[in-house]
Amino acid sequence: MAEESARTSAGPSAGAADEAPRVPDGTSLESPLDAARPDGIPRIEGPLVPTVIVDGLHVVYKIYGAGTGRGNATAALHRLVSRKASPNVHTVHAVKGVTFTAYRGQAIGIIGSNGSGKSTLLKAIAGLLPADRGRVYTDGQPSLLGVNAALMNDLTGERNVILGGLAMGMSQEEVRSRYQGIVDFSGINEKGDFISLPMRTYSSGMAARLRFSIAAAKNHDVLMIDEALATGDRAFQKRSEDRIRELRKEAGTVFLVSHNNKSIRDTCDRVLWLEKGELLMDGPTEEVVAAYEESSG
Amino acid sequence: MSVASAAPPVRPPARSPAPAMDRPVPPAVLAAAHGLTVCGARPGIVEYTRRLWARRHFVTAFAAARQEALYTEARLGQLWQVLTPLLNAAVYFLIFGMLLGAGRGVPDYIPFLCTGIFVFTFTQTAVQTGARSLTDNVGLVRALHFPRACLPIAATLLQLRQLLLSLGVLTVILVAEGIPFTTRWLLAVPALFLLTVFNTGLALAMARIGARTTDFAQVLPFVTRTWMYVSGIFYDLSRISSGAPHAVVLLLDVNPALVYVGLMRFALIDSVTREQLPPHIWPLAAGWAAVAGCAGYAFFWSSEEEYGRG
Repeated sequence: MAEESARTSAGPSAGAADEAPRVPDGTSLESPLDAARPDGIPRIEGPLVPTVIVDGLHVVYKIYGAGTGRGNATAALHRLVSRKASPNVHTVHAVKGVTFTAYRGQAIGIIGSNGSGKSTLLKAIAGLLPADRGRVYTDGQPSLLGVNAALMNDLTGERNVILGGLAMGMSQEEVRSRYQGIVDFSGINEKGDFISLPMRTYSSGMAARLRFSIAAAKNHDVLMIDEALATGDRAFQKRSEDRIRELRKEAGTVFLVSHNNKSIRDTCDRVLWLEKGELLMDGPTEEVVAAYEESSG
Repeated sequence: MSVASAAPPVRPPARSPAPAMDRPVPPAVLAAAHGLTVCGARPGIVEYTRRLWARRHFVTAFAAARQEALYTEARLGQLWQVLTPLLNAAVYFLIFGMLLGAGRGVPDYIPFLCTGIFVFTFTQTAVQTGARSLTDNVGLVRALHFPRACLPIAATLLQLRQLLLSLGVLTVILVAEGIPFTTRWLLAVPALFLLTVFNTGLALAMARIGARTTDFAQVLPFVTRTWMYVSGIFYDLSRISSGAPHAVVLLLDVNPALVYVGLMRFALIDSVTREQLPPHIWPLAAGWAAVAGCAGYAFFWSSEEEYGRG
C-alpha cells in the first residue's frame, strides 16, 4: 500500500534508503492483529504462551591462543606437567545476567553496538554455547541462522538444499515438493544456473541467501536470524522480511539481530537493547530503537 | 471514623493482588507450566535413536553427496574411486611382495594381499574420517539441528561405498588370478555387515574424541598404521605367531582387524582353509561388532549436547 510505494521509490538509492527517513510507524506494515496492539508487546490474542525463557543468563567465553603468543613447546609441556593454566587463555564475560521471556508470535529484534553480546546471546539460546550461570528454557529446538553458518561448501547448491531439508527432518517427498520453492525464494537461479555449481563458487551474498531460504523453508518454533539478511539485495530482503512475518503468523517466535534499524522496525514488534553484555532496554520497537538512535547519535 | 473503618476492608484486597501481579512467576515455574525444557539438553538414548532413525535418508544422501564430491577437483574424476585402491595394492605388492618377499609360502598372494588391504582400508578410513566428521562439518552442526551421530555414521557409510567399489576391483583381480567362484563367497555378506557395525562404533567413538581434542586426528594415522602392520595384512601372521607364547597368539588372534580380514579371505579365496583362521572366528566377529557398536554409540550419545560448541 503506502508502504509499498515508499519502498519502490526508495529503490534506486537502496544503500541510502537504509539510513534515510524512516517509515513513520513500523507497525503500519503489520497485519491488523499487530495494529490492534499499540503497545507492541504482547500482541497475541488469547493467553500468552512463552517459547523462550532466559533466566539470569551469563555466558563466559574461553579464548585460546590470545595474548603474547610467546609460548614455545617446552613451556607448553611444562604447563601440562604442572597443570597451570596457559597465559594464552583469556576469558571474556560476554553476556552478564540477561533475563527475559519471549512469547509465541513475537518477532524480537536485538540491537546494540558491535561486541555487545548479541550473537553470543543467540548462540546461548540455540544451545551452542553453554551457560556459565543461569538457564535458558525453550519450547523445542531453536534454530540459529547466521552469516557464518556455512553449509557444505564443496557440494552444489542443489545438494545443499536437499541435504539441508533432510537434516532439518523433512521427508524425501517434502524436500522434493519444496525444492523449487526454496530455489525460487533464494533467487540463486535468476542469473543463470548457479544452483548446480558448488557452493564455494557463490558470492557471500548468494550463499547467505541460499542458507536463509533453506532454513526458512521449515516452520520453526523459534528461529533466530543473525545478520543473515544484511547480505542479500533489496528484492531478497523484501522477500525474507515477508517470510519472517509469515513464520510469526504460524505461531513461531523470531529473533533478529541487525544493525539495520529499518529492517528491525519493519519486522519486529519488540526490541531488546544489549550493551556490554547487559540488557539495557526491553520494550516496543519504536521506543527502544528511538532511545538507541539517540544514544548512538 | 468512617474513613478508618472503610480503609481496612478496602486495603487487603487492593494489596494482595498487587504483589502477585508485580512479583513475576519464577522462570523455572513458568517454564515447567508451559512444558519448556532446558535448552540443549540431551535426549534419552531411546528418543535419540528414534530421531536418528527419522534422519536415515539424510545419512544416506549425505554419504552419497560426499562421495560424488570426493574427486570433483581431479581431472580423472570418479575414475579415482577405482584407481586409488588399485594403486594402493600395487605399492604394497611392490614393497612387501617383491622386495621383502613377504608372500613366500602364501598361495594366491595377490588376492590375499588385495583382500587384506581393501578390507583394512575400510576400517582405517572409517576411523580417520569419523574422527574428523564433526570438526569438518562444524558449520552444518551449528546451522541445523539433527542428531549428530548422523555425521560419523554417514562417514562410515561413505567408506563402505568405497569398499564396495574396491571389492568390484577385487572381483576382477580374483577372476584374473583364476580363483573359482564358489558359494563360500556368500559368507562375505554377513562378514561385511559385522565389519560395518564394528567400524561404525569405532567411528562414533573417534568422532567424540576428535571433536574435543583436535590434535587427535593428527595422531590417528600413526595408530591405524601400526594396527595394520600387526594385523597380518601383508604376510601370513600364523607363520610368525606359531612359535610364540600362548598369550601372544591369543592376543593376535582376537585382533578384530585380523578377524574380519580373515573372514573375508576365507570367503573369497578358496586356498584359505578354515584351519588357518583363528578358532571361534564367527563369534569373535559378532562379539566385536556388538561391543564396538553399542559402546561407541553410547559413548557418542553421552556427549551429544557438546558438539559444535565453542
